[in-house]
Amino acid sequence: MPVPTTRRPPALRRALLGVTGLAGFLVGWQAIPALGLIDPQYLPYVTDVLARLAEQLVDLAFWRRLGSTMTSWAIGLTVATLAAVALGTLVGLVPFLRRTTHTMVEFLRPIPSVALIPLAVLMFGIQRQAALVIIVYASFWQVFVQVIYGVADVDAVARDTARSFGLRRREQWTHLVLPTTLPYLMTGLRLAAAVALILAITAEMVIGNPGLGRMIELSRSGGDAVGLYALVVVTGLLGLAVNLVFRFVERRTLSWHESVRGERAL
Amino acid sequence: MSDRGTLLRVTQLNKVYRARTGDVEAIGDLSFTMDAGELVCIVGPSGCGKTTLLKCLAGLLRPTGGTVEMHGAPVTGPSPAMAVVFQEYGRSLYPWLTVRGNVELPLRHKRLSRAQRHTLVADALDAVGLAHAARSHPWQLSGGMQQRVAIARAVAYQPEVLIMDEPFAAVDAQTRADLEDLVRELHARRGISVLFVTHDIDESVYLGQRVLVLSHAPTRVREDLVIDLPADRDQITTRALPRFTELRTHVYGEIQRARRGQNVAPRPAP
Amino acid sequence: MTAYPGRVVAAPRRRRAGTRAVTGLLHALGLPMLLLVLWGLVATRATNRFLPDPVTIADAFVDTWIGPAFVQDVLPSLYRLGLGVAASVVLGVAAGTVIGLTPWLRELLEPLLEFLRAVPPPVLIPVAMLLLGITDTMKVVVIVSGAVWPILLNTVEGVRGTDSVLTQTALSFRVTRWERLWFLVLPAASPRIMAGARQALSVALILMVISEMFASSAGLGYRIAYFQRNYLVAEMWSGILLLGGVGVLLAVVFGVVERRVLRWYHGTREVNRV
Repeated sequence: MPVPTTRRPPALRRALLGVTGLAGFLVGWQAIPALGLIDPQYLPYVTDVLARLAEQLVDLAFWRRLGSTMTSWAIGLTVATLAAVALGTLVGLVPFLRRTTHTMVEFLRPIPSVALIPLAVLMFGIQRQAALVIIVYASFWQVFVQVIYGVADVDAVARDTARSFGLRRREQWTHLVLPTTLPYLMTGLRLAAAVALILAITAEMVIGNPGLGRMIELSRSGGDAVGLYALVVVTGLLGLAVNLVFRFVERRTLSWHESVRGERAL
Repeated sequence: MSDRGTLLRVTQLNKVYRARTGDVEAIGDLSFTMDAGELVCIVGPSGCGKTTLLKCLAGLLRPTGGTVEMHGAPVTGPSPAMAVVFQEYGRSLYPWLTVRGNVELPLRHKRLSRAQRHTLVADALDAVGLAHAARSHPWQLSGGMQQRVAIARAVAYQPEVLIMDEPFAAVDAQTRADLEDLVRELHARRGISVLFVTHDIDESVYLGQRVLVLSHAPTRVREDLVIDLPADRDQITTRALPRFTELRTHVYGEIQRARRGQNVAPRPAP
Repeated sequence: MTAYPGRVVAAPRRRRAGTRAVTGLLHALGLPMLLLVLWGLVATRATNRFLPDPVTIADAFVDTWIGPAFVQDVLPSLYRLGLGVAASVVLGVAAGTVIGLTPWLRELLEPLLEFLRAVPPPVLIPVAMLLLGITDTMKVVVIVSGAVWPILLNTVEGVRGTDSVLTQTALSFRVTRWERLWFLVLPAASPRIMAGARQALSVALILMVISEMFASSAGLGYRIAYFQRNYLVAEMWSGILLLGGVGVLLAVVFGVVERRVLRWYHGTREVNRV
């Protein structure tokens, strides 16, 4: 069997196939309750779900909940990022700190953030602060670890460049530390943004602070299957939007600094 | 080798790459034959489509026109009678397998007993001087040793012709000389036919019984040159022979003309 | 035949022991010890309702988890986690390989997978409860439905990224389709698959806990939520510690497995870096 020469398929074909896939998924969804495979009470028609989605989009209460969720997300992500950048840079730059904190980090990082939910509830009740504890804890590690990698990478590049060119301290920061660490930071930020959204919604579901997550839980306990599925779709779209935006930002910084990072991007 | 008949016959081979930016004719009109037991070198200016030619011969690429025949039967896909040694040894050995595993892999689908397989592997590793490294992984070996493993893998496969694509382009000079002698030895002792593609003129003259000089793309055969050096060659004396110098100067001139694109081949292809 | 000059590069060996080990241990355990002492001091001085001192928590830990609770709550949770992760790996690798090897299928599913991956996994719990009721199957399904995506998508990328020369080598030696899958495609994708599995593991752990907090009358997640609702603070802390311990243990086990499976990969990288 001869190997075909690899050629990038035309963008149009790609887009058409992708749309076909999505359409197939929707048709399949519609077919399952329509054929009676699953009772519409448990898996409602996709048409009903989409109609509800459209209704929600003009409902002010829906937007308020969405805003609430995204506010938690934004605050949590910002706090986590600031803390992680500050601590990560410090720990990354000082070998003594890196060695002494290593065990602590390796122990704390794998602790599932949701394990802290009861503690957060105990401390803050069903308020936003409780959700923020969880969000910050989970997204902190994503950025922290990347920043440490980034700063360690500066070390390697620095040995090659800075010493040989004799850069001054401030120049080192602007020409070396920042450009080398930035792509890592962006990767961490992208991961943290996704994680923060997941936990913002999870916290609302479990803790019950206002937002999309609580609405999902209310729809379930109220037996409103259509509303539940519509909200699940909304969270998916939200997640997609967050992924796309942060991936775009990351790619931009990556393309600026590709030469610095070389092929070690992973 | 018992029969000295024609092993490989290439007739009016043509390869055109179709791309959105336009078609590129890599191989124009290329014909040659190779007898069983021969060691033929193919040399040409860089970018003349040597690798394309080789992939067409090995059945990895479908030619646009013309035919490749082994023993009179057309080659339409990878043939059990051929084994390929690629230039990028680092990318053609499987890093997750040991040296032994790498050599053994192509034998798995051959109907052989376990004992036969092991004998073949041990014999091939012995032939390239790597019996001691069977349990190592490729990444633990130097570049030259990795290429030896690739050669051992090809030898164990028991092909009628060994096709080598610039196999020594990425190793240092000393290693390269050792590997060249290894190829000559495998050819002399085991009677394997070898088709050796290279861009190195000295290498082609030192190794080959015949040298095919290619033109620039679209590629054709500029000259089919018989190397009338003694069969017993070694790195120092052979390379010092006046005849060696003559031949390499001749080939060098041909390549220079090929690069400039003069198509006044002494023996134009039909 | 002449003896060929050949040198087998030895795998990087451990540094010599002795003083290094002692300072290493100090570095490793110094900070945790310090924090533990500090915690004890703070907890005993200022009687914070929510922060019992370490000794109380240790007592609660022994009382709560050593005994029948381990069999009733911890083991079933871990069993469901293991089942869910195993199913995710099998499903994700199988589907990812098929999709990765079939270009048209990949293009067909790309936007859909992109969307499904973006759905925050915990919102699938209410959906699964609706479809399957509050059962063990539901919990395993929830774990799979969240953990399968990182493995699947990473497998697709890994399979796609198989080196072309490796593939051509296999083709030129007429290596059969199944042998190619087993000796070429899957090992080549294994670094990506392992990266996906690592993500999947943490997602699975989160889903295990949440699904139990939500819909269960047993299990680790349920117990912790129960302690919290009843203001059994020390017990709750012991549960959090246990969950943390499970997380750390999983990470360690995964690390060991990964080092074994990807020995060639790390070895190659090590050599390339020098």
